[in-house]
Amino acid sequence: MKTGRTLLVALAVIVAGILLAKLRVNPYFYFAGYVILQYIVIATAWNILGGYAGYVNFGTPAFFAMGAYTAVFLIRSVHAPLPVLIVAGGLVAALLGLGIGYLTLRLRGTFFSIATLALAVVLQTAIINWEYVGGSRGLSVIRPSGPPFGNYVVFLFTVMGGLAVVSVLVARFIERSWIGRGLAALRDNEEAAECMGVPTLKLKLFATTVSGFFLGVAGAPFPYYVTFVEPNSAFALDYAVNALAMPMIGGTTSWVGPVIGAVLLGTASQLATVTISSEMNLFIVGVVLVAFVVLAPEGILGLVRKLRGR
Amino acid sequence: MFSWDLLANAVVAGLLIGGFYAAVSLGVGLIFGLLDIANIAQPAFVILGSYAAYVLNSSYGLDPILTGLLLTPVFYLLGAAVYRVYYTSFERRGEESLRGLVFFFGILFIIEVSLSIIFGVDYRLIQTWYGSRSIEFAGVGVAFRYLVPFVVGVAMTLALHLFLGRTFYGRAIMAVSQDRLALRLMGANPVQIKTIAFGVGIAAASLAGALLISIAPVIPSTDRDYIGRMFAITVLGGMGSIGGTLVAGIVLGIAESLMATFFGPSWSLAVSFGILLLALAVRPAGLFGR
Amino acid sequence: MAGPLLEVEGLVKRFGGFTALNRVSLSVKAGERFGLIGPNGSGKTTLINCVSGALPVDSGSIRFEGREITALPPHQRTRLGIVRSFQIPKPFTSMTVRENLGIPLEYAAAGRAGGEGSADADEILESIGLHAKAHLRPAGLTQIEMRKLELARAMAARPKLLISDEAMAGLSSTEVDDILAILFRLNTQGITIIMIEHIMRAVMRFSERIVVLDAGERIAEGTPDEVVRNPAVEKAYLGE
Repeated sequence: MKTGRTLLVALAVIVAGILLAKLRVNPYFYFAGYVILQYIVIATAWNILGGYAGYVNFGTPAFFAMGAYTAVFLIRSVHAPLPVLIVAGGLVAALLGLGIGYLTLRLRGTFFSIATLALAVVLQTAIINWEYVGGSRGLSVIRPSGPPFGNYVVFLFTVMGGLAVVSVLVARFIERSWIGRGLAALRDNEEAAECMGVPTLKLKLFATTVSGFFLGVAGAPFPYYVTFVEPNSAFALDYAVNALAMPMIGGTTSWVGPVIGAVLLGTASQLATVTISSEMNLFIVGVVLVAFVVLAPEGILGLVRKLRGR
Repeated sequence: MFSWDLLANAVVAGLLIGGFYAAVSLGVGLIFGLLDIANIAQPAFVILGSYAAYVLNSSYGLDPILTGLLLTPVFYLLGAAVYRVYYTSFERRGEESLRGLVFFFGILFIIEVSLSIIFGVDYRLIQTWYGSRSIEFAGVGVAFRYLVPFVVGVAMTLALHLFLGRTFYGRAIMAVSQDRLALRLMGANPVQIKTIAFGVGIAAASLAGALLISIAPVIPSTDRDYIGRMFAITVLGGMGSIGGTLVAGIVLGIAESLMATFFGPSWSLAVSFGILLLALAVRPAGLFGR
Repeated sequence: MAGPLLEVEGLVKRFGGFTALNRVSLSVKAGERFGLIGPNGSGKTTLINCVSGALPVDSGSIRFEGREITALPPHQRTRLGIVRSFQIPKPFTSMTVRENLGIPLEYAAAGRAGGEGSADADEILESIGLHAKAHLRPAGLTQIEMRKLELARAMAARPKLLISDEAMAGLSSTEVDDILAILFRLNTQGITIIMIEHIMRAVMRFSERIVVLDAGERIAEGTPDEVVRNPAVEKAYLGE
């Protein structure tokens, strides 16, 4: 899709979101819709590092929770408005990404992945010990009064919709730029890319930072969405597996994949959680993930490409 | 509040738990350290071992160490099967890194969630016949609950060391870790050798898991606590040196114990993470080295 | 220009207890056709990895155009004009042949003579005989075509010094001549070339000067004729 047309579609999506908000359909729609839009941001963010650069982040909960808890901190200390929460949450998570990246990206990707896996556990311990943001007991957060559209969840729905559009546009921009081409080269063969003039370390740090930023952005509105923030839900395993499964199922080489994955898997998960149980849902997601990684590693996009005969 | 007594107790406790940590990390040392397969699902297999021991203990009253040993063949076969899938899907096609990692994460995830569904989130523990006893050693109290796993851990390390050094398959595994081509020329099949190694690594998890649940209570998410520890120990221990794993395990155990004694128990995970990062930072060659 | 293009002095590289390079020195003049030979395990590829920056050195220095580059990361050395091709081709598998060339054109050559643009990619592909396959992924190439892609990619980086690491291993006689012709042509365009090869007739025909390595040390240097007659070289290859 050409850029002009994409921006038009983006605008259409935003307008549709606002219309949906005004229409006031079944309230559950906004709750579920928020979650799916949130996953579009998460999956897109994960894919910038995982799909474009080939570096797997298993610690998505750490980044998401950093966004959420930065927001909690700012809400409690200075009653910061939502835009500030979002930007601050993103920046803190971006710094986390930069830090972990700087410490481990000079080594093989495996070590980066292992470090992210361990990171989530450690960060959760740190948050549990921080009384100011609620510690292990959690903290209640009061939504500001007088939100647009009259209902805060509806408002968050549109905000997350906007964030989804922004994150997808950024991912698409990166993918088509010289940065994206460099990332693809280092993903395909890092040693060769470096020897062909690609500054691999700088590009990897860039990808980790941007990915971290959007993961934090996805987490920043979380406190207002749930109104009670506690570590187990902010650091939920769901984020770890979904951030992987959605791009893998949709397809990791383009910005379209995470969107497809987030919508399909997100919707299916919501249905499964409601009809069976949340644990069974996770189990199914895990099985589907392994199935795709073994049988259809290029995801749905890859299957479509094969069907088209390319 | 500092006292030599407190310090001595902390060090001894750390030493003992360190031996256990080494036992837990043997599988990773073998599979990742020697064979360079990033099996991040190893902690989940350990927890699986814990729950298996728990079930056999609550149904038949079997001692966990006994169960751990009895189940090693089962776990060995499980490990061999997992490796075969990994090999056919990824290693053979040269796509180990990204997809292999995600595959193992998927396995870790499925095991943890399955245990959650079957056993719920209550803490499980096995009370052993020796668990409440302790002896005095040079003025320091040594609990059997920690001493026995330490001894078993050291024994496992020794056994693995002898296996790798003295048996045909053990030496073949060492050869594979260094030079695949030489192994082919030796007449052995590297895939078969790796299957055996992976199986042994998972079998070790069976016993390690049984030890774990006799030391401390376990829930399905306990596996994540051990990820940092296992890999910190493997990297610190020199990636494939089995003796190094024991030393590194003891170092980590003592570090955690000191941290817990003087600063509080909730920071012990940070210790292993810190050691992991430190060990990674000090690794000699950069990206293109090993 | 005055002075050698590439100067390697006293290079030492150890892997644990094993010394792969033991105080190796050599210098290559601008525009030269330079051969690097030695038995398996003598340290040729290690030396190339050190020069290209893929491996850090334990001691010694590497100077390019008079400038100390020992501490520079590989991608910066490539931008200065040191380009190496890989023994086992490492193409970018998700990209077409043309896109493969796009990477060095964009990253290594940009701003220097030649610059970017797909017109340049097509030129290079034409000159090397790969133009018909420009739209294919590397998976659809034959063995020799992969080797040519490797060289084409190196050419796209606009090298001043091209290090060709066993580009002809396993090729048929005509294919070897094919690659050799490409390298000769590149040299007439002014590119300095270091050739690492086991195929003796290619090295002998191609090189103006040869350095021989054995067990990490330089044991001989000279013209092809001199090297061939050197008893130390014979011993290294054939044993006592």
